[in-house]
Amino acid sequence: MSALLSLERVSKRFRGLVAVDGVSFAVPQGAIFAVIGPNGAGKTTLFNLIAGALAPDGGSIVFAGEPIAGLAPDAVCRRGIARTFQLVRPFPALSVEDNVIAGALLRQHDVGTARERAQALLRRFELFERRYQPASALTLPDRKRLEVARALATEPKLLLLDEVIAGLRPTEVDRMVAVLRELNRESGLTIVMIEHVMRAVMALATRVLVLDHGTAIAEGTPEAVVRDPAVVQSYLGAEVV
Amino acid sequence: MTVAVITRLADDVPRRTLILLGILLAALLVAPWIVNDYLLTVLIVTLYSAYTGQAWNIMMGFAGQLSLGNALYAGLGAYLAAALFTDFGIGPWIGFLASIPVAAACGAIIGFLAFRFGVAGVYFAILTIAFGEFARIGFDHLTIVNASAGLFLPVAQYAHNDLWRLRGDPTMFYYVILAATVLAFVLCRLLLRSRIGYFWLAIREDEQAARAVGIDTFRYKMYAVVISAAATSFAGVFYAFFYNNLFPEQVFNIGRSIEMILGPVIGGVGTLFGPILGAFVLNGLAETLNATMSAVGLDLPGAKEVFYGLCLLFVILALPEGVWPPLARRLGFDKGKR
Ligand SMILES: Nc1ncnc2c1ncn2[C@@H]1O[C@H](COP(=O)(O)OP(=O)(O)OP(=O)(O)O)[C@@H](O)[C@H]1O
Ligand SMILES: [Mg+2]
Repeated sequence: MSALLSLERVSKRFRGLVAVDGVSFAVPQGAIFAVIGPNGAGKTTLFNLIAGALAPDGGSIVFAGEPIAGLAPDAVCRRGIARTFQLVRPFPALSVEDNVIAGALLRQHDVGTARERAQALLRRFELFERRYQPASALTLPDRKRLEVARALATEPKLLLLDEVIAGLRPTEVDRMVAVLRELNRESGLTIVMIEHVMRAVMALATRVLVLDHGTAIAEGTPEAVVRDPAVVQSYLGAEVV
Repeated sequence: MTVAVITRLADDVPRRTLILLGILLAALLVAPWIVNDYLLTVLIVTLYSAYTGQAWNIMMGFAGQLSLGNALYAGLGAYLAAALFTDFGIGPWIGFLASIPVAAACGAIIGFLAFRFGVAGVYFAILTIAFGEFARIGFDHLTIVNASAGLFLPVAQYAHNDLWRLRGDPTMFYYVILAATVLAFVLCRLLLRSRIGYFWLAIREDEQAARAVGIDTFRYKMYAVVISAAATSFAGVFYAFFYNNLFPEQVFNIGRSIEMILGPVIGGVGTLFGPILGAFVLNGLAETLNATMSAVGLDLPGAKEVFYGLCLLFVILALPEGVWPPLARRLGFDKGKR
């Protein structure tokens, strides 16, 4: 399998702090790739670098064979990378449906077609009944689902999910895991997910990258990574696996 | 084609909204036969403010870019059309066609400077004021349009209304501004329900999130400024031919820009009906105040401005969304999807 996304020694500094420190990894086409690590490890910063919200200080980011480091976020999305925000940011005053239509209109120029696509996604994420409510009226778990639906509406090749499962109730976790697996199987959608909920990581990920203080301390299959002493010490040790 | 546009316009509008709009339009169409000359002038001023408010709403209400300098675009339209008319005898409609690219280019320059260099929010508003002030001072010294002495259109008694040259009685002007207001309303609705409208609202709501779904925010903000500027320039053309005199001090005065935003702010920023309702509420109340004051023999200069200020204060404190959204909910006009 060829890599859809590959990072080579990517770094980002905030004044004195090195948030991402020479991180390299490759995500094969069709993979579900998880990024884990303690709070402040640099996971979200890494997403911001890939999605174009931040420009890296060094290193290269190649997507579908083309360098994308430093591109504007909208340009990155148009190339086929969609992202969600850890601190969700739906369009608050717009209805749930209009939020997703705004995403779908990137590829579907006709509003009617975009609405159909949006409604299909809303059904999938169990938001169809709430489609006329303003996004601001949704609960946090619903807003997270809305973010995923809106990102998917842009028809990405690669989906970046920043902690969309954390904060969901156990039954909701299972449903989200099922939907993501379905998307991955049906359309070969490649997913990179930041996640603290190890149950979801173990269930979904084909590979896991562990970040700590901006550096990649381990990478491998989920089973191998959770047995890695360095990982256990820096991250999992504190949690109950 | 026409049928398609009309069906699309009426598409999922609640029946009662259509009926209300129909009644309102019918009332406005017959108004000149019912009201006296004075009230007709009040209606013209009201529709003028509804029209300019609608044009401003594209920028602020849809795309979230606060312009406090829209008098600039009206002023450019006014001066260009008036100068073409007085100097070359070129009619106002050609003048309007000429003013579209001029106003649009000015809007594009302001938009480019602001959006390229990350001037946003209050700073964008200040930039728009600055350009309006440049124009005011510039035109005050521009001798080809008589500088501060003012530009006057020839006024004569006309036997017939000449729509092509916009020479005629107030009834003709009334129908012109009514048609413009209706067209602006229809155009705004079509824009709002098309791709560009969704993108504008997304930008207004959260620019970073809009970029994350692939929206080229620079480009769509530019469209908003350019369309708003071009639409506003028509108001200027109308103003020039209705009042027949132009002074930079008045036309480009920041007060004109503020007046343009009062209607939509009071009626409801970002709504289609807000600018119209706001214009009627504001001008209706202002005229009532006027009539009351002259009835009791009061003459307080500046009373109108103070009154506008109080209206604004009331709306901001009591009805932050404007008058229309809560009213629409109360009357059940919000059953459509948007
Ligand atoms: N824009 C910024 N400016 C300055 N410092 C930042 C910025 N963004 C992140 N940081 C810092 O960079 C470090 C990494 O933050 P980041 O948000 O990437 O961590 P994370 O792994 O996503 O953590 P969490 O699990 O809490 O979401 C933190 O110390 C954070 O304070
Ligand atoms: Mg994070």
